[in-house]
Amino acid sequence: MNPSGTAVFEITGLNYRYDKVPALNGLSLKIGRGERIALLGANGSGKSTLLRILDALAFGDKGEVKFFGSPLTPQSMEDESFAYDFRRKVGLVFQNPDVQLFNPTVFDEVAFGPLQMGWTHGKVNEAVTRALEGMEIAHLWDRAPHRLSGGEKKRVAIASVLVLDPEVVLLDEPTVTLDPKSQSQVIDLLVDWKSGAKTVITATHQLELVDAIADKCFVMQQGQIMATGTPAEILSDGDLLLRTNLVHSHRHTHDGVTHSHPHVHGPGGHSHTH
Amino acid sequence: MSQHKFLSGTIGGFTHALQHALESEELARVDGWLQRLDPRVKLVGLLALVVATAASRKLSVVLLIFAVALVMAMASHVQWKTLFTRVWLPVLGFTGVIAVPAIFLTPGEVFWRSPFGVVHVTHAGLRAAAMLVSRVETAATMSTLLILCTPWTHVLKALRSLHVPVEIVAILMMTHRYVYLLIETANEMFVARQSRMVGRLDAATQRRVATRTGGVLLSKTVQLGEEVHLAMQARGFRGDVRLLDQFRMETRDYAALMLLLGITAAALYVGH
Ligand SMILES: Nc1ncnc2c1ncn2[C@@H]1O[C@H](COP(=O)(O)OP(=O)(O)O)[C@@H](O)[C@H]1O
Ligand SMILES: [Mg+2]
Repeated sequence: MNPSGTAVFEITGLNYRYDKVPALNGLSLKIGRGERIALLGANGSGKSTLLRILDALAFGDKGEVKFFGSPLTPQSMEDESFAYDFRRKVGLVFQNPDVQLFNPTVFDEVAFGPLQMGWTHGKVNEAVTRALEGMEIAHLWDRAPHRLSGGEKKRVAIASVLVLDPEVVLLDEPTVTLDPKSQSQVIDLLVDWKSGAKTVITATHQLELVDAIADKCFVMQQGQIMATGTPAEILSDGDLLLRTNLVHSHRHTHDGVTHSHPHVHGPGGHSHTH
Repeated sequence: MSQHKFLSGTIGGFTHALQHALESEELARVDGWLQRLDPRVKLVGLLALVVATAASRKLSVVLLIFAVALVMAMASHVQWKTLFTRVWLPVLGFTGVIAVPAIFLTPGEVFWRSPFGVVHVTHAGLRAAAMLVSRVETAATMSTLLILCTPWTHVLKALRSLHVPVEIVAILMMTHRYVYLLIETANEMFVARQSRMVGRLDAATQRRVATRTGGVLLSKTVQLGEEVHLAMQARGFRGDVRLLDQFRMETRDYAALMLLLGITAAALYVGH
């Protein structure tokens, strides 16, 4: 199921709606092995929905999703061995860590995935220990996950996905609710964690993350891909960023002349592109 | 106390207590008699005693089983105060509503008559009320001991290994998390509201706010609950609960099981 050269994900003409609300509208994309992708889009543009489709937690009304050439459908996920293989290879870190943390201790939380995979206890212990150390939360192993700080919760949530050493990692707004210090810590840990040819797909509306986490960007609006390019290409396209609400126009006065221009929030305060 | 403070204070206290009840894993980690037993032994042994309680027709037998519960509580470092506030008092409140009328309404030999014969208490009425209250108190104490002294996931796994259907165990697992989310969301919404609230609300507005909040809360938690389920699926959950701790029956576990089942059998025989 893994011929080289086949795309990890290939989506063609995908529609998805929540009851009456359309979320994805004829979306198509192709993601290759080992690519680091940023899904950029304002709130409501369909990023989270797309990630759920990619993780086979939701299925489109129309169109096709393929994982290494095999279609992802409710039927294919019914197949025990296909589902096992898929869950082993693809991990999703949810935006809200609270929905992801439901075990009594941090250790149990991180061990949940490996146990579902039926690993031996020795292997589970080893993998959990490695994941906890990788996310620098080994000292929290006996704590209740829902009682940790926001940054710690996030790291537990990430560890609980990375513990399976998935080939494809999907991250939904990994830093959005964190304070600046935890943000950069989580980014550093994610950037440092690169064992082998991993495909990492990160949904975000924070442009300042893009350079650190992606080699390629998809810009989303109203459930469609509006543009594709390298971070440099996308970030320098002020018009595109304005149209897709990733920046807001900003009026102010220079030398007695009032004009407007895109406004980007960078990690070290505000940077203006003139 | 202003009405507003009363409302938020009560809800805050209530959610706090519930939260605490759900997080009582600390006690489950203490080194005590029940804590050290195999979860399956606890589940079977304590449930058997609950059945014996329900089946017993003699008050003395129910009280003896209650005494057994007290001994187990002591051996497991469960505080009287915990049992009193979480079980005995609330249960007395609930069953009292049913038991008190029974004292006066049950026909039979009169034990005490009020002046002018307005009401009278019968022996049968007293016995019925005492039986009801002690049965429910005993059963509730037993179940609480099981929950307090066992990590929740072990209760689930014990249910699974006793061949309770996967679907039921999965529902219990979800419910626990769902109730927790409900409480957290309620707390958050309350804090958010309080921080925006200036001045007092009249009673009618308060009622309206409470109703609306309830609706929003429900739809929010339903959505969160769905997400929890998705998050579990994403990590390979397919309905079966798999846990790290492998249960192993030791001599102590067999001995405890014999003891608990022995008490149950004796209670069933004598109480019949
Ligand atoms: N559970 C839901 N029920 C109804 N509509 C939803 C639900 N989740 C998302 N939507 C709608 O689908 C669209 C895309 O949402 P989403 O994928 O969450 O976007 P993003 O993650 O980019 O903010 C939005 O219009 C949103 O309002
Ligand atoms: Mg989102």
